[in-house]
Amino acid sequence: MSHANRLAGRGRIDRSKPIIIQFNGREVPAYHGDTAASALIANGILHVGRSFKYHRPRGVLAAGAEEPNALLDIDRGNGRRDPNNRATVVEAFDGLVTRSQNHWPSLKYDVGTLNDMASPLFSAGFYYKTFMWPSAAWKRVYEPVIRRAAGLGKAPTVPDPDRYVHSHAHCDVLISGAGPAGLAAALAASVDGSRRIIIADEQNEFGGTLLHDLTSTIDGLSASDWVAQTVATLSQRSNVRMLPRTTVVAYYNHNHIALNQRLTDHQSNPSKGMARERLWQVRAGEVIAATGAHERPLVFAGNDRPGMLLADSLRAFINRYGVTPGRNVVIATSGASAYQAAIDAKSAGLFVTIVDYRKRDEIGDERLLATQAGIEILDNHSVIGSTGRTQVTGLIVAPKTASGGVGDVRTLNCDAVGMSGGWTPVVHLVSQSRAKLVFDTALDAFIPGEAYQSERSAGACRGVYALDECLANGHEAGSGAGAAPSAKSSEATGFEPVRLMPTNRQKLRDKAFVDFQNDVTAKDINLAVQEGFQSIEHVKRYTTTGMATDQGKTSNINALGIVAGALELTPPDVGTTTFRPPYTPTTFGAFAGQARGVLFDPERITPMHDWAVKKGAKFEDVALWKRAWYFPQGRETMHDAVQRECRAVRESVGIFDATTLGKIEVVGPDAAEFLNRIYTNSWLKLKPGRCRYGLMLKEDGYIMDDGVVARVADDRFHITTTTGGAPRVLGHMEDYLQTEFTDLKLSLTSTTEQWAVIAVQGPNARDVVAPLVSDIDMSNDAFPHMSMREGKVCGVPCRLFRVSFTGEAGYEINVPSDYGEAVWEAVYAAGQPYDITPYGTETMHVLRAEKGFIIVGQETDGTVTPEDVGLSGLVSKVKADFVGKRSLARPDLVAEGRKQLVGLLTLDPDVLLDEGAQIVDDPQAALPMPMLGHVTSSYVSPNVARGGTGDPQQSGDGRSIAMAMIAGGHSRVGTRLYATTREGFTEVQVTKPVFFDPDGGRANV
Amino acid sequence: MTKFSAFNVARNAFSASKSWPKQWRNPEPRASYDAVIIGGGGHGLGTAYYLAKEHGLTKIAVVEKGWIGGGNTGRNTTIIRSNYLYDESAGIYEHSVKLWEKLSQELNYNVMYSPRGVLMLAHNVHDVQSSMRHVYADRLNGVDNEWLSPEECKAFCPPLNISNNIRYPVMGGALQRRGGVARHDAVAWGYARGADRLGVDIIQNCEVLRIDRDAAGTVSGIETTRGYIKTAKVGVVAAGHTSVVMERAGLRMPLESFPLQALVSEPIKPIFPCVVMSNTVHAYISQSDKGELVIGAGTDQYISYSQQGGLHIAAHTLEAICELFPQFRRMRMLRNWGGIVDTTYDRSPILSKTSIPGLYVNCGWGTGGFKATPGSAHVFAASMANDEMHPIAAPFSLNRFQSGRLIDEAAAAVAH
Ligand SMILES: Cc1cc2nc3c(=O)[nH]c(=O)nc-3n(C[C@H](O)[C@H](O)[C@H](O)COP(=O)(O)OP(=O)(O)OC[C@H]3O[C@@H](n4cnc5c(N)ncnc54)[C@H](O)[C@@H]3O)c2cc1C
Repeated sequence: MSHANRLAGRGRIDRSKPIIIQFNGREVPAYHGDTAASALIANGILHVGRSFKYHRPRGVLAAGAEEPNALLDIDRGNGRRDPNNRATVVEAFDGLVTRSQNHWPSLKYDVGTLNDMASPLFSAGFYYKTFMWPSAAWKRVYEPVIRRAAGLGKAPTVPDPDRYVHSHAHCDVLISGAGPAGLAAALAASVDGSRRIIIADEQNEFGGTLLHDLTSTIDGLSASDWVAQTVATLSQRSNVRMLPRTTVVAYYNHNHIALNQRLTDHQSNPSKGMARERLWQVRAGEVIAATGAHERPLVFAGNDRPGMLLADSLRAFINRYGVTPGRNVVIATSGASAYQAAIDAKSAGLFVTIVDYRKRDEIGDERLLATQAGIEILDNHSVIGSTGRTQVTGLIVAPKTASGGVGDVRTLNCDAVGMSGGWTPVVHLVSQSRAKLVFDTALDAFIPGEAYQSERSAGACRGVYALDECLANGHEAGSGAGAAPSAKSSEATGFEPVRLMPTNRQKLRDKAFVDFQNDVTAKDINLAVQEGFQSIEHVKRYTTTGMATDQGKTSNINALGIVAGALELTPPDVGTTTFRPPYTPTTFGAFAGQARGVLFDPERITPMHDWAVKKGAKFEDVALWKRAWYFPQGRETMHDAVQRECRAVRESVGIFDATTLGKIEVVGPDAAEFLNRIYTNSWLKLKPGRCRYGLMLKEDGYIMDDGVVARVADDRFHITTTTGGAPRVLGHMEDYLQTEFTDLKLSLTSTTEQWAVIAVQGPNARDVVAPLVSDIDMSNDAFPHMSMREGKVCGVPCRLFRVSFTGEAGYEINVPSDYGEAVWEAVYAAGQPYDITPYGTETMHVLRAEKGFIIVGQETDGTVTPEDVGLSGLVSKVKADFVGKRSLARPDLVAEGRKQLVGLLTLDPDVLLDEGAQIVDDPQAALPMPMLGHVTSSYVSPNVARGGTGDPQQSGDGRSIAMAMIAGGHSRVGTRLYATTREGFTEVQVTKPVFFDPDGGRANV
Repeated sequence: MTKFSAFNVARNAFSASKSWPKQWRNPEPRASYDAVIIGGGGHGLGTAYYLAKEHGLTKIAVVEKGWIGGGNTGRNTTIIRSNYLYDESAGIYEHSVKLWEKLSQELNYNVMYSPRGVLMLAHNVHDVQSSMRHVYADRLNGVDNEWLSPEECKAFCPPLNISNNIRYPVMGGALQRRGGVARHDAVAWGYARGADRLGVDIIQNCEVLRIDRDAAGTVSGIETTRGYIKTAKVGVVAAGHTSVVMERAGLRMPLESFPLQALVSEPIKPIFPCVVMSNTVHAYISQSDKGELVIGAGTDQYISYSQQGGLHIAAHTLEAICELFPQFRRMRMLRNWGGIVDTTYDRSPILSKTSIPGLYVNCGWGTGGFKATPGSAHVFAASMANDEMHPIAAPFSLNRFQSGRLIDEAAAAVAH
């Protein structure tokens, strides 16, 4: 019958808005304002899941975020499916589709229940003790079986269509939790308008426990009216930002707090484009944790049957949602607060009995109230077990005896149980802030101790439970003037900690659950202690208690108490586990935000990018840059395109986008001296207008970066770096400038994106460029190789470099970025008579390899000295010092047999080596085979004759060429070695690393 | 000592597990030992185990300031592989993998070594070159490592997104099939149980405050929070806190300590069959036997001893995971934590004698030392016992920072 368990006239649900949700294919009528859990309970669906290990039938245990059992798979359609949702925090909406999980073939008949019968085999840590034979069987046999049995729901299988966003905010006070303490804090903190306040609560409504408090009054109003009034007041204050459905998930250093706000999960039809979640990153002047407390279950055999809830959660279902799991309720408790649950249940028309662990004289005023309400109380009783399968049918109780045992056992028939083993303050955030937690024996709980960051706590979160005190405490934390709200409440507090209910049926105790989701029993914990696991962290890891998706919210203190009891220590001597973020499980999407696809990492593109796209270029990723890789024409393959481009540059002229090279402007009276200290070569005598190739080492003496540097004026240099190295080089220079060379006067400015750089290379380069240039004498004598002139190209101011990374005569035209594309187009047009050919990075690589020019990061890998790559000539012998000089003298850097740069030619010119191939002397040697070095670069060159010499006359036939770093390489030139191939080895001839125009004449014409 | 076996698990099931003894004792420290290991992580416990088992030392203590395995051993993402670039690295990591393959049997403790394959992705031309260099070097070193095309990567790891709609599409990957994962706690506990059985005292909640020398300059004892212990041989195996411990002997170490973060998702049914690593986008992922996706990040940028990293590092890692596996975007992070890793200049470990006779150090494993646990412990024990570095350990001595003979796996761009 629909709504069979709905209680008349109760709850904050809207009975005028009926909705229907689905559970395992069945339609479940509910109301707006229900959670999935309350909707299921309303319809008598108590068995909603199976536990992790023993597959025991489980129902809802709690009413909030601490729920360990009732985990549902939720499908919102169109790929919006995800597992492990706590039914208690899923807001019901019309059309919500839910399913139970972790069973086969069905929730009702689950083969996994066999584990329950065999449970003695599956004691804590059993898997460490077995499954070892034979040795290969773990991976092949045992592990797959265990893996299939473990895990809860099923992962989503299609890409998530939802969007997630990030927001950043500052505030003076961040309040986590909008229960009585949090609301009182917010009222007080915001009253004078001088401080910016953010108050966040994970629930859909503000109010916390007040939302299910029907009896207390605050400032003369009912609890719910006071909440309404307070929310209205706060929303009128412009300095307050209220964030419902927002969980404060993590507390980082420097009061950096992460909050996750759920925006659409409660809507049946979210508007298109609306983000699903928003992750807030807040820097708070101060944080007030008003996060409340979680109730503890009692630990006795069979404390886990559907229909058995935490007492205050039962009260929340009755009062807030108007539902109850049963009509015949037993409240089992060791403390006072559960009496209010009993009284509320009674007033809702249910039949109620209280079983109190405490002796009659230990029970306070709550006893009288319950008796007045007509509730029978069995004091000084222990709970020994329960009956029922998919719903509790009875609670087995017995009076405690003076000797610590129990007397005659009886069974109380019931179909709902509310249990209370006391309260645990929610100190997660406080612990994450690295504040000390201190154990309060009277409260039997860890509460916040000395703060580590600017943070304080208020209310139940610090063990202040009485409503009036909570309000006062919150008011004080908000450091407000005036009077705190004042409450009248009949709720009592205080409890007697009881770790394990006394019993006369030891055997039954095997199923006294501590961690419900992971099926960790008191027996498991005792076994861990017996086996020598004495730190709580060890017990946790050995038994898995507290490691489930609820992170031990209902189990940690019970587990700790049992360990302490077994070791005869106090809980703090056993230690508390550190609370780790997030407070509740938080979607990956929330953290990742918008960073997907092109937004994952910024894409840097040059001013000529669109032109290249139009020309059909293929691109490669180099650091953040998109670089044109090659320009296929028609149906050309990469190989064909690159061969064509390579020939064109050597035969006529090519155009290349060199914008991505890093550029740094060094300006100041000491600029030259600075370069002298940073680079290995000398700069003092370089004339303005001249360029020099510079080599830079790390402190360790190994090559860090290289590039052409032009002296623009006496006090001004234009530096170029590798594309990937640009940020690193600037950082390196700034580091030295600011910490080591503080005597020097100069400034460093990254100008990488200020200049567009158009390289025009080839025998016809001058003929293409010269007509576009004004103010510069372009003759070879006036403007030789390795010089730079300032002037105009196409009327645009430019720095024109005459440099070459191809070995051909050529120019690099630097113009302000905004002009880049226009000048490029003009050069391209001017080149048409010469068949000017756009070429990409691959051709650039081939051409420079033909010339034996290194690429830092390809020939070098951070372990290569200038001498290794034949550049010792660039290392000044006269300079007193430069970065890396001292290290260059270390024994290993001058040792014999270092790897040195050589060329390699395969004996078969058609064999192309893999970059990364290893070089060996004797391919027959046994493994591990001694290796001499590796291939750093390898290409098919159309310009190198098959015989191996760079004779342009023979160009066109082409062959493979390679560069390699080989031990003692310089002395091996002329010998033969072997290189690995995918199939085996191939023979190679060691050469000098220059394959083309060895004298370098072509660049100078 | 009750042997762990299926038979004994069943037998105990009927006796309500009454007869399982303590896995290790909890002894009071003695006044003196032949050798003391500082640091009860996997490397330290393993060192004690091999010292006792293979070198006949009997009076050995492991002193641990907290609980054993509570350092990086119990915090790491447990990726095991040996496909490193340099011969020296291949030597020690491969030695280790060989020991992993038999470790459960050796220790009579199921460490759940699961060689399910480690796939390291390449996302640009440079990555491909570097991967191929590793693949070829490993082949000649007798270490399995093979190159897979993007389609082969997908076949090996079906959840992987190899489409072009991501920022850095997958261009292929290097796969070590013998690589995998293991259960970190079990490694610490298994070595502890094994060492304890051989008479080693495992002393927890005992912080070393000072390392003393005698008149000759040789190690003579240590001051601890649980009293003074005389000994002539000390092995410091304290990972992220090695610099701190060594300072207590008056030595400065060439180490920097950084927070390194990891996280797990809620547990789900098996969906992820292997380990995938991507250094370029900074993400490492596998699925534990319990069902959690286990995800590792790159180190935080700032040196620190706080075991808590910044949000942006974890977030960046999840961005990368969501790029490579967009279906995991709705999965939820369950726990996020950090450990303090001890990094060297060349990202290779230090196993070394020191300028103080009798004082040995094993550290610098940084982001990737779990995989080395058995191998490192094994050769370090031999080095301590013989007062001469074992040939596999020798290249990792401290003097390489003077000579420049670095083993620069950093330049070779690896982590974990
Ligand atoms: C998040 C993360 C992920 C990682 N992922 C991987 C991975 O996937 N694969 C991999 O191979 N490696 C990984 N690592 C690295 C790996 O965890 C470590 O290299 C390895 O576990 C180190 O083991 P250990 O025994 O040397 O150190 P630890 O386990 O840290 O042990 C050192 C011990 O020394 C103790 N100690 C310190 N000071 C003192 C003192 N004064 N007195 C007494 N005791 C002291 C500490 O308490 C600690 O228990 C990861 C590390 C982290 C943090």
